[in-house]
Amino acid sequence: MDVSFHDVLLVGGGGAGLRAAIAVAEVNPKLNVAVISKVYPMRSHTVSAEGGAAGVVKPDDSLDEHASDTISGGDWLCDQDAVEAFVKEAPEELLRLEHWGCPWSREPDGHIAVRAFGGMKKVRTWFAADKTGFHLLHTLFQTTLKYTAIRRYDEWFVTRLLLDDGRVKGVVALDVMSGKIQAITANAVILCTGGCGKVYPYTTNANIKTGDGMALAYRAGAPLKDMEFIQYHPTGLPFTGILITEAARSEGGWMLNKDNYRYLQDYNLGKPQPRPVLRSMELGPRDRLSQAFVKEMEKGRTIDGPYGPVVHLDLRHLGEKLINTKLPFVRELCLKYENIDPVKEMIPVRPVVHYMMGGVHTDINGATPLAGLYAAGEVACVSINGANRLGSNSLPELLVFGARAGRAAAEFASSQKPPDGRILAQALDEERWLEQSFLRPNKGRERIATLREDMQKTMERSGGIYRTSATLAEAAAHFPELKERFRGVALDDRSRTFNTELVAALELSFMLDVAESMVHCAWQRKESRGAHQRTDYPARDDKNYLTHSLVSLKEDGTPRVEYLPVTITRWPPGERVYGAPAEASGAKAG
Amino acid sequence: MADTIGLEVTRYSPERDVQPALQTFQVPLRKDWTVLDGLNYIKDKVDGSLSFRWSCRMGICGSCGMMVNGEPKLTCATFLSNYAPGPVRVEPLRYFPVIRDLVVAITDFMAKLQAVKPWIVRQQEKPLAEGEYLQTPQQMDLYKQFSMCINCMICYAACPVYGLDPLFTGPAALALAQRYNLDSRDQGAQERLTLLSRDEGIWGCTFVGECTKVCPKHVDPAGAIQQYKLTAAKEWFQSLLMPWATK
Repeated sequence: MDVSFHDVLLVGGGGAGLRAAIAVAEVNPKLNVAVISKVYPMRSHTVSAEGGAAGVVKPDDSLDEHASDTISGGDWLCDQDAVEAFVKEAPEELLRLEHWGCPWSREPDGHIAVRAFGGMKKVRTWFAADKTGFHLLHTLFQTTLKYTAIRRYDEWFVTRLLLDDGRVKGVVALDVMSGKIQAITANAVILCTGGCGKVYPYTTNANIKTGDGMALAYRAGAPLKDMEFIQYHPTGLPFTGILITEAARSEGGWMLNKDNYRYLQDYNLGKPQPRPVLRSMELGPRDRLSQAFVKEMEKGRTIDGPYGPVVHLDLRHLGEKLINTKLPFVRELCLKYENIDPVKEMIPVRPVVHYMMGGVHTDINGATPLAGLYAAGEVACVSINGANRLGSNSLPELLVFGARAGRAAAEFASSQKPPDGRILAQALDEERWLEQSFLRPNKGRERIATLREDMQKTMERSGGIYRTSATLAEAAAHFPELKERFRGVALDDRSRTFNTELVAALELSFMLDVAESMVHCAWQRKESRGAHQRTDYPARDDKNYLTHSLVSLKEDGTPRVEYLPVTITRWPPGERVYGAPAEASGAKAG
Repeated sequence: MADTIGLEVTRYSPERDVQPALQTFQVPLRKDWTVLDGLNYIKDKVDGSLSFRWSCRMGICGSCGMMVNGEPKLTCATFLSNYAPGPVRVEPLRYFPVIRDLVVAITDFMAKLQAVKPWIVRQQEKPLAEGEYLQTPQQMDLYKQFSMCINCMICYAACPVYGLDPLFTGPAALALAQRYNLDSRDQGAQERLTLLSRDEGIWGCTFVGECTKVCPKHVDPAGAIQQYKLTAAKEWFQSLLMPWATK
């Protein structure tokens, strides 16, 4: 078996991974850094982010206000020391991207332009039209090409972490093109593999978002944090789940029910005004908007579409010119995928799974409790997002914490000795297991797609916008059965060259672990907070649950949930208020 | 509309086959199904060994480019119903080596992209403390469309010059070089011009503009190449008339 060595190894080549790789190269140009990714880096899901990236830049704004919006938006589950670091470093990271060539949208005089976003009381979201993630990712990727120290493994799939005496010392990976399995050793590994939206049937997430890094960490003994907090984005297209950016609402779009009524006014989110008002109505936080959809559905006020109930997002009053300059991708997506022109017609939308607030438990520098293992971006939980992430905080998060994890891992790796040959035994074990389980004829009959669909339906039924003890208990009992059935998976494809079915099988195995941990966390958190709403425990319970869930894998393969207090610095828990105060202060968006 | 449509799909495994062959599958014909939905139906329900790349299914990641009835297309943005009653032929992107079924090798493009230095080149970096480089919307308009390239390789599959001369840098990489040349923050145009002057393929490119016609993101690589030719010719002419001016 081939073995390679790098000082620092990035798993995942999206925004966080590439930012971390550059940070390593800049901290110490002598370090040998590699990025391993199951897709070419510019295909990573960062590419799909649309609306923007928050960072305080205008004179009437302040770091404290960005922090306070983030913390109340997260229903006080954010670690406030992490939030303070985040809001402070976000503007410099966004500026650094500008220096690297990111085509941020501009004011007429050439300065950076900003737009309003949900849950933010000041206008602070940097944007590159409505393709912010695309431009951010391509700028980062093209910039990494100038660093000769950064080696890439494109289209390699990591199957497990290598451990030596409690330290992470690299990975075992499959070269998808050749089918070769190899040990890639390292003194530090940073997971930047993104989220896990594909555990649900309807999601804005790309096909590659299968929770790989979360499962790798979890299996190696690093706990996952706050896995019950999954965000539904209120405006996805019904069949495909394709995202219609929140920017459509910040530019002035309205949410209408079947009576063409701006129904959000009935849910404690303020009163309708002709122009968008910050932290009010359509610019409320995503969790509250998604919950309002369910209530409208229960009242029979949604519209029946071919793929279930929808409401309407109305942009018609914004006019063709504004839609073309500020929301061109929205128009393109609607025309191409729904055959609808938002200039003339209303867009049917429904809440769809969008973002994982939880993830691999890390400290403020991206370090996990497992020596040598770091994580940043959506795969990680620092946590700045708490129980509900605000729109436009995820892009700056992956830059700020990607850079922090890169610097910390570089420093750690410099003090370590390369692993010795003993580690190879684990890699050989893994190779044998992969071949025996998937590439030799076996008696199994399970199809991957059937099992995956079963898991996704289980998650939708139990871990949706509203949850309750009975369905969560049922789901928790169902997972051991799903995992047993996975052992009977039979592949049609037993070849080595570009075996995408093997990759899909390994992804499914990761998703089963991640989804099970989510169900257990949700079942055991007996309160409602942010994106986690329990119909049997409808109130927030700060006395018992101002805590992060920490879930780890027990010897017998089942999850164990423990709790860790939230770090509070300057913002004691309060009530989340949207609508009225924002109106009183006269804060107008756009 | 019929209930199903035939997909004639290229199958090839280097471990098993001497050359690629077509295999026909019947897939449901639904109004909102794309060619990619048809391929995923085959993979999930009929034959899990069919190999193809895809990810975002919203036309932005650039993974799922294939030949559909002989034309290079993003399969996530190409509806089956446009081809009814069928059959629809789905093949790997033309002019690229085929790895397996519908998967092609793009390592050549990755090397060419890096070779044109697609990053901001500065003689002197401006410190972050001095803020952003000012750039007016008009200045951005000069390069913006070239920055929309998603690296989907569809323009290469449409380019007759690349088909004949694999050393040709090609439409997407040239468009991205021009994206930086035209960016008011960049100072690397001369460096890139020197690199590209060695590429004879550029002179083989005619005004045909197939690359621009097929681009799913409305990038104009043909325009970028013509701008290059003009600059290069001007430089060459200047070096003849005023050799001291280009030193």
